[in-house]
Amino acid sequence: MSGFARPLKIALGLAVIAALIVVPMNFNRYGLFILSQWAVMSIAAMGLNLTLGYAGQVSLAQGAFVGIGAYAAAIMTTHGWPLPAAILVAIALSFAVGWVLGYPALRVQHHYLAFVTLAFSTLAFLVFRNESWLTGGIYGISNIPRPHVFGIATNRPLPFYYVCLGSLGIVSLAVWWLIRSPWGRAFMALRENPLRAQSLGIDTRRYTLMAFAIGSALGGVAGALYAPLTQYIDPVPFNLSLSLDLLMMVIVGGAGFYFGPFLGAMIAVLLPEWLRFTEGYYLMLYAVAVMLLLIWSPTGILGILDRYMAARRTKAASALRAVAKSRLETVQ
Amino acid sequence: MSNLFDLLVAGLATGAIYALVAVGFTLLWQTSQTINFAQGEFVMLPAFLMLAAMHAGAPFWLAIILGILLSMILLGLAFKMLLVDPMMRHGVLPLAIATMALAIGIKEAVKQFFSAEASPFPSIVPTGDISILGHAVSLQSIGVLAVAILAVLGLTTLLNRTSLGHQMQAAAQNPTVARIIGVPVERMILLTFLINAFLVALASLLITPIYLAKFSSGEVLGQAAFIAAIVGGFNQVRGAIAGGLLIGVLDNLAAAYVSTQYRAAVPMIFLIAVILFRPQGLLGRAEERTV
Repeated sequence: MSGFARPLKIALGLAVIAALIVVPMNFNRYGLFILSQWAVMSIAAMGLNLTLGYAGQVSLAQGAFVGIGAYAAAIMTTHGWPLPAAILVAIALSFAVGWVLGYPALRVQHHYLAFVTLAFSTLAFLVFRNESWLTGGIYGISNIPRPHVFGIATNRPLPFYYVCLGSLGIVSLAVWWLIRSPWGRAFMALRENPLRAQSLGIDTRRYTLMAFAIGSALGGVAGALYAPLTQYIDPVPFNLSLSLDLLMMVIVGGAGFYFGPFLGAMIAVLLPEWLRFTEGYYLMLYAVAVMLLLIWSPTGILGILDRYMAARRTKAASALRAVAKSRLETVQ
Repeated sequence: MSNLFDLLVAGLATGAIYALVAVGFTLLWQTSQTINFAQGEFVMLPAFLMLAAMHAGAPFWLAIILGILLSMILLGLAFKMLLVDPMMRHGVLPLAIATMALAIGIKEAVKQFFSAEASPFPSIVPTGDISILGHAVSLQSIGVLAVAILAVLGLTTLLNRTSLGHQMQAAAQNPTVARIIGVPVERMILLTFLINAFLVALASLLITPIYLAKFSSGEVLGQAAFIAAIVGGFNQVRGAIAGGLLIGVLDNLAAAYVSTQYRAAVPMIFLIAVILFRPQGLLGRAEERTV
């Protein structure tokens, strides 16, 4: 993305943020729900992007962490705890479980790791469904309260959308800082060449576990927001297909690109809604669109932009070279 | 003990079907590094193709032949040419994601163009029981086992005893060298896709009379096949067969002796244990690719 001039980039970012704040003001209930869902899923996809896109560890369990966060928030807030406390517990819990799930990644990689995490995802779903003393089983947990923020009740859709958007903003800044810190560089080293990373003195063991734990914790945050958003949760939304959807979001948006998850979540959450006018065909068209996109650009949407920028830079560089060369020749 | 015997027979019968699906899954992985997340939907679809042929007035036997041919065209040829070929060189993950999207597409297409309800499907084996060692065993289970065993025997003979099979193995093990010694690698890869399509169509024919034809029935089946493939050994056909049978039996025993609620957990825990302690699979060999 470095092809843009810096002030232009900042202006574009501010414009998008302003639009996200202003435009939804006269949206109806459903539109706000979908947008809030986009914000929540972006958070979860960002977590997976850290694990997969930056650290290179395949995980098919992000949906399970959204579930863990959602159940933590639902159980605590229906028992009278405030949402921030529930979010902290959701983070701690998914961080811890994510850390443990990272251990297999120390032994196996790639598709084996994908299948271990897939199995974990199914196990988590079974626990949500069967341990009804804790999770309400198939009947789920209803009447999940929405929080008061600075004394303002967020029961109406618009204020709660701002809660989601605000959380997305905070998480985005945190992730932005993280991937620019030595940690983020260590994650990328892990992805690019684990052996070399280790020989440079990076504790690959610790960073692998961290990549899982931090990515999972963000899944937990997303879940803790999802519960008050829908105000009712049951095990069904947290089955394997959520994990697959989140993986799809990351890849379609562009794994390893900072803005990938935002775009991927937009495609996965909003595109089916835009296609709703086609009635029963909308998911079919969505599937076809995803396949065509991946055939066109296996590195996702941002991969297209990246290639375009790279091509433009090469062109510009060779133009500069040509100019320099002709100057040299005139001097001679 | 009669209960245990029944469970074993039923487990072996479903396991044999899992094995067919898992074998196809490993074939695709070996020749083209395709992790086909739509494999379960691949099993679901042929039954509907056969049903559609029957609705159009074809007799059952003709519908079976048409269904198998159509699935080989759609799930073998078209799948390879349209989705796998353009994406193969870009690595495992984008292709895997594309097959996830394909799975959604197939499911929705069946739901939209056929039915969201479960449809009954005729069995190729007559219903009824026969007595083996004093136990009543359903003909269905025996028929399924027999067809699956024949298919697997046919496949292993093809792979190990014929020149074509040796060429396929060469194409899977080392495409570059295979090409140098004159093996038409591209054609061999296409052949594995056609074989996979044939196997899933066969599995569809065997399993649909038991579980009914439903657009969503591929999910469970696809997962069982993954697990079977990995447990047995991702890089071995006989591993996938053993894995399929094992998962089928384990699943049935778990339902009876563990708890119906956590029945699905038993194969999963088994899978995690196998991956962690013997990642190459029970019968697999580490770091080698063979058919």
